[in-house]
Amino acid sequence: MPLSSQASALALDVRNLRFRWTPEQPLLCFPDIQLAAGEHLFIHGPSGTGKSTFLSLLAGMLSPDSGTIQMLGNDIHQARAGARDRFRADHVGVIFQQFNLVPYLTAEANVTLPCRLSARRRAATVTSPTDEAHRLLAALTIPADHWHRKVTRLSIGQQQRVAAARALIGSPELILADEPTSALDSDNRDRFLDLLLTLAEERNSSVLFVSHDRTLAPHFHHQIALQGTSS
Amino acid sequence: MKAALALSLASSSLWHRRKVLALVCLTLTLSVTLLLGIQYLRTEVKQSFTSTISDTDLIIGARSGQLNLLLYTVFHIGNATNNIRWSTFKKLEQDEHIRWLIPISLGDSYKGYRVVATDSRMLTHFRYGQGQPLTVAKGQWFDGIFDVVAGAGVARALGHQVGDSIVLSHGGGQTSFSNHEQTPFTVTGILAPTGTPVDQAVYISLDGMEAMHVGWSSGVAIPGRTLTPDKAEGRDFTPHAITAAFAGLEQKILTFRVQRAINESAAEPLSAILPGVALSDLWRLMGQFERALIGITGFVVVTSLIGLIAVLLTLQAQRAHEIAVLRAIGASPSLMAALYVIECVVLALLACVLAVALGTLAILALSPWILAHYGLHIPLRPLNLNEWVLLTSVPATALLVALAPAFSTWRQSRSLGFGDTGEK
Repeated sequence: MPLSSQASALALDVRNLRFRWTPEQPLLCFPDIQLAAGEHLFIHGPSGTGKSTFLSLLAGMLSPDSGTIQMLGNDIHQARAGARDRFRADHVGVIFQQFNLVPYLTAEANVTLPCRLSARRRAATVTSPTDEAHRLLAALTIPADHWHRKVTRLSIGQQQRVAAARALIGSPELILADEPTSALDSDNRDRFLDLLLTLAEERNSSVLFVSHDRTLAPHFHHQIALQGTSS
Repeated sequence: MKAALALSLASSSLWHRRKVLALVCLTLTLSVTLLLGIQYLRTEVKQSFTSTISDTDLIIGARSGQLNLLLYTVFHIGNATNNIRWSTFKKLEQDEHIRWLIPISLGDSYKGYRVVATDSRMLTHFRYGQGQPLTVAKGQWFDGIFDVVAGAGVARALGHQVGDSIVLSHGGGQTSFSNHEQTPFTVTGILAPTGTPVDQAVYISLDGMEAMHVGWSSGVAIPGRTLTPDKAEGRDFTPHAITAAFAGLEQKILTFRVQRAINESAAEPLSAILPGVALSDLWRLMGQFERALIGITGFVVVTSLIGLIAVLLTLQAQRAHEIAVLRAIGASPSLMAALYVIECVVLALLACVLAVALGTLAILALSPWILAHYGLHIPLRPLNLNEWVLLTSVPATALLVALAPAFSTWRQSRSLGFGDTGEK
């Protein structure tokens, strides 16, 4: 089945998701999620609750044992691996805890990377990917003289904001964020979260934010918790 | 689009790791230079070797083996088994199939260089390379009995000028105890360099050869019976025998028939050989060595490539984060694999370009020195087909060996999870 975006559908619709790494390991059960386009979800996930596994399933990089994941009305696990990679490039932005960037590219080149992988996201940028990247970097308060520097010369906070710009470029429908603030101090953390959510709202992108830090939850429209193994 | 992305990522990545990779690239460059250089030299030396003598259809000497006759007449190595009677040579001159003959008489030496006794026919008929004749660079071809013309190599090595007086030695060898002191020769000319054994000999007349041996018996001068230059004037020095002759035929198509006729000559046992055939036989003999050399060099290149792969594999561990990022933003596993292949091939291509540049510089710099010291002309020329094949085999081999890390990256990145670096 080819994957395509359908405007009317939910950004994300997860039902009865189950996964087991090996038969000896316990079955991981994940909560059902229905997330409307443009809404933000906080997922409380302390370590050991299968946070990384959940994100891998959502990103289409792992296949569930049972249950369905519908993204923009498409059951992503019905598609072949190659189509899932393309779908991710077209519709999903990602931010990790750290090491978000390709070390040998400049900040600007890191931000425009999704537009080079996806024609759809390139088309969604205003005037050009470079212009859009400059706007995002400026909005995320990265000084202009840092844009053409190697990302390894940026501070951790700046690197995370460059990663946010990369996730936002081309207005993907969904942004998966995996503890992006855990390496930041509290001032930086709040500023990062504000900027990310504001910019995502402007672009009508839904943010799915996983963290162990419950104090961040009030920034989001919805919140749920991962249970890890159950029943 | 993806190919462009892969290329730009690979080039950025190579530039990012340039300090480590420069060293690997240098190793590869040196080994490719060695490989290409040996192949180039091999071609040039073979070219130079097989064009030692040209236009000569037959070399005629006393009955002996093909290689022996070739070695002592053309390369001045070894000695003649026997002589040809002058009367036999005269008879050959009458042969209607033979257009020209160059008589040569060997046996003496000058400070380790051969003395070749011949006549003006050497200058008119002898050809080397692509049919080039001998030219006298300074002075003129010998005219008098005690005149000598020096080959370019001899004149250069011993610093001889036109007008120098030299004493030839009896017999071959570097040092001879019996010199033709009573009959000194005068240098009248110096030949232009040819890059062939012609440069490594001195040339005198057949008369001069006879004249300096008057009064010699069993390799020793008998006091009082030898000639002095003033006594020699007016005497007849027609030789009794010569060592060999180069022959040019009226019709090339008759070469084998004339050869057969000479080999079966009733007058005296003779051998006639085709210099081209003998030269390629000799080259085949030496070819084993140069083939082994090129084989070894091939292994050097493969070793460098394996070194390159080892470095790339070491870097692979450092690239886990980068691959996790690229995978998560939707890059396919084959793009990851392509990065390795492209990086490896680009390095190999770079090494090839550098090797060609290095080789060109080396030839430009060393070619005059090689000509001066070894009499070998190594010109700068475009690469031939063999060398192109050899050169393109380097990136092709790089492509093959890069498949190993590429495949392992492809397989690993297929099973990577979100933000997963595969370090578990």
